[in-house]
Amino acid sequence: MAYHRIIVTVNGSTELVDVPSNMTLLQMLRDKLALTGTKNGCAAGECGACTVILNGEPVNSCMVLAVECDGASLTTVEGLVHDNQLDPLQQAVIDQGGVQCGFCTPGVLVSARALLDRNPRPSDYDIRDALLGNLCRCTGYLRLVEAVKDAARREVLRP
Amino acid sequence: MVVKEPGIGVRIPPPVGESVPRVDAQEKVTGAAIFTDDFQFGPGLLYARIKRSPHPHARLKSIDVSKASVLPGVKAVVTGKDFPGYIGLYLQDRYIFCRDRVRYVGDPVAGVVAVSEEIAEQALELIDVEYEVLPPVTDPEYGASPQAPLIHPDLGKYVVVPFIFPEAGTNISNHFKARKGDVDSAWEKCAVILERHYRIPHIQHVPIEPHVAVARADQDGNVTLWSSTQSPFAQRNLIAKALGISQSDVRVIGLYVGGGFGSKAGVTMEALVVAIATKVKGHPVKLRLTREEEFFTTFVRQGLVMHLKMGCDKEGKLLAMENRYYWDGGAYTEYGVNVTRAAGYSGTGPYEVPNVKIDSYCVYTNHPVSGPMRGFGHPEIHAGLEQCIDELALEVGIDPVKLRKINCVKEGSILVTGGRMHPTGLSQCLEKAAQAIEWGMKSPPSAPNKRRGKGIAIMWKAPAMPPNAGSSSWVELTEDGKVNVGVGGQEIGQGTFTVAAQMAAGALGVPATWVRVASPVDTKYSPYEWQTVASRLTWSMGNAIAAAARDARQQILHLVAQAWNEDIKDLDIVDGNVISYKTEESIPLKDMVVYGLPKPDGKGWIGGPIVGRGNFMPTYITGLDPETGQGERAAVHYTTGAQAVEVEVDMETGKVEVLRAVAAFDVGKAINPEMVRAQMEGGLIQGISTALFEELQLKQGLLHNPSLVDYRIATCVDVPPKIESIIVEVPQDDGPWGARGIGEHAMVPTIPAIANAIYDALGIRPGSPPYSSERVYLAMVDGGIVE
Repeated sequence: MAYHRIIVTVNGSTELVDVPSNMTLLQMLRDKLALTGTKNGCAAGECGACTVILNGEPVNSCMVLAVECDGASLTTVEGLVHDNQLDPLQQAVIDQGGVQCGFCTPGVLVSARALLDRNPRPSDYDIRDALLGNLCRCTGYLRLVEAVKDAARREVLRP
Repeated sequence: MVVKEPGIGVRIPPPVGESVPRVDAQEKVTGAAIFTDDFQFGPGLLYARIKRSPHPHARLKSIDVSKASVLPGVKAVVTGKDFPGYIGLYLQDRYIFCRDRVRYVGDPVAGVVAVSEEIAEQALELIDVEYEVLPPVTDPEYGASPQAPLIHPDLGKYVVVPFIFPEAGTNISNHFKARKGDVDSAWEKCAVILERHYRIPHIQHVPIEPHVAVARADQDGNVTLWSSTQSPFAQRNLIAKALGISQSDVRVIGLYVGGGFGSKAGVTMEALVVAIATKVKGHPVKLRLTREEEFFTTFVRQGLVMHLKMGCDKEGKLLAMENRYYWDGGAYTEYGVNVTRAAGYSGTGPYEVPNVKIDSYCVYTNHPVSGPMRGFGHPEIHAGLEQCIDELALEVGIDPVKLRKINCVKEGSILVTGGRMHPTGLSQCLEKAAQAIEWGMKSPPSAPNKRRGKGIAIMWKAPAMPPNAGSSSWVELTEDGKVNVGVGGQEIGQGTFTVAAQMAAGALGVPATWVRVASPVDTKYSPYEWQTVASRLTWSMGNAIAAAARDARQQILHLVAQAWNEDIKDLDIVDGNVISYKTEESIPLKDMVVYGLPKPDGKGWIGGPIVGRGNFMPTYITGLDPETGQGERAAVHYTTGAQAVEVEVDMETGKVEVLRAVAAFDVGKAINPEMVRAQMEGGLIQGISTALFEELQLKQGLLHNPSLVDYRIATCVDVPPKIESIIVEVPQDDGPWGARGIGEHAMVPTIPAIANAIYDALGIRPGSPPYSSERVYLAMVDGGIVE
């Protein structure tokens, strides 16, 4: 198996990683960088638990090869906390009671972050559309949708 | 008897009853929470993969592992000949790896451990297995007949618990019977009699985290298992017995569980990886199931064929029910047998019926292993019962809500098993749900091609478990006066660690934020807990925690009474301080809970580190007569409730949309009301998903839709804009502060509520779920309302 040396920016930090040709971005994050907040739920691009932001777009990291990410910028759930402060989305998910088992939570938060970054005032339809690819078996989604609305309000009001 | 605190009466101490934030929320939103696959094991970690049967039923003639064993990177290959022990919770009916016969597509025949998953997977291809194919059984009613081929010829020899009744020489691994009153003579008194038949498909739990486990066997014989499990203690017990090792030499560490819903109860794939690990001592071995394997090689929910017959008089009073349940138990029913018992003793639904005949058969088939799933048989039976009740009401000309009010169980009602119902808020739940959905008011559809309707259904369910399933807890305090509470129940998303902290805080007299839950659960250090199943933790583990915290409290009060020369009755613990109502003196807990206090005369010290202990086990469950199912108390108690929905059906596509939904449940006492509501909502959506979408498509034992694309679960666009959740609180005599469970119940009445709403919209009974667009459209064609 051929190895490739790539440089990626992960949560603002520059990483030099040697990856085999067939390694997925998900495997690289979890096994090479120990960023285990990004979850493996199906390895087939169907559940959204492995969602990360790749150059501004939410992607299923299980469907992207690590070598494709040379020079890319990535945000994972671990990158949502800034200066020891939770992201407004993280706080809103806690406040709205949107956490249960917690396995889909990182992917949901990352999808929602990508949404608010490109659309700070999303409608209910926009939110549901953005979270359509994130399966959750515990919460029934309503509290997650409410949390995204709540976070959007907080961010619009933020100085 | 409501649990009382000495001298305080039935006061509910804060933070019990308050919606405090979840103790695990912060680590779960930051990605810091450690699930089993996240745990780091270093470079010694090896990986296992499983060779599985491609046939639903076959004799295992030979296995040749010689080529696989020599593949570079392979460390060991194991088969059934290495592990002769049986395993099972209620009925020991399976080997860890097949030895003589395979019974479903996916049955494990060999295991490979290698330096990588890829190499282990390659080695599977090099294992040659010779089978002699046998005819499969794929229908439970046929399986129960004398014509069916036997799937377990040794059924009569298996070890079984005393309340399960296998019929040797058949495929029936449990036959539960209830005989109450005289059904045969009751029919002639009925004004209306209905006979209906329903078929409930197998479905899967679909936790977003697939099963994963890591095992390490050491040279000294100790075994450690890290697993995503609802049952660390049951895994310790069952795996130790199957492998012939001492329970005390097996240590199970249960990390956070990414969704269970029953699929991670008992033992499913964990025994495989422990068995494999014993062949590569010193190395941790990881086995993680693919999503495809998750769909058919762990537990699935039982399929059910049910034949219901019920009748009422012209006032709508139910007079008789005669119900036959044929459960599709799959290849092994070691756990599933008790589903069929629990559904049997609750087999009338939540109604008082004077004349009852119930037969509930657990039947072996060559389908995936069927086991516990949220609701434990109750969503399945209610799916038929509550449609039939609706139909009966309309036939006899009584409003369906009113007919339910007349017949639903109330305090003192005589149950299926002959015992009496405890106080219950079922009638209130029904009324509140009907009111919230504006029962009887019809609203216009949103478009000319659509029709609207409303439906309602009620439910009951008791925790299903052995009569002596126990819980235990300890409570200790740290130098800062804060509290560490030991529990053996697993945090699977339901919020048990949070209510554990609340109950310990309330019983002790400290703020909720002072309590830490000793996690992860580790059988080596954590107190015993039977399993995290049956919606039993808030109730059973809660009783143990409250007892442990009260024990610690008594030790503290006793110490201070001695030191201050006071009567213990004048002392209390409030907000982390011991106070005297007599002298108005006060002392913070941190000043005495580890180092004690000086004696009043100053000569030496008294007290010592405080450790409270508590346990709980129901001691009041009686057996049931095997022939009549009659006995004093079959179950500890019933949680009851109701759901109502409004749906809209698209006449052009058959698509059913749930516009709004109401849930009302009697939880006895909501320890954390917001988390109770979260259970009601999540369960309702899981119920909607099973009602509209879910079905394992099995053809001759082979699953045709093992992916999240082909097996669809509800997404956020399938969810109604609003769910109203209503908490009813009629206290439970054996629950902590009156609490009962709510986890499973929230999805029990959803299928029939939706089916009844579809009928209200279309005038057509949709029958058996799922009510997919295709099924509903075809039903409309059959019913002549579309062409």
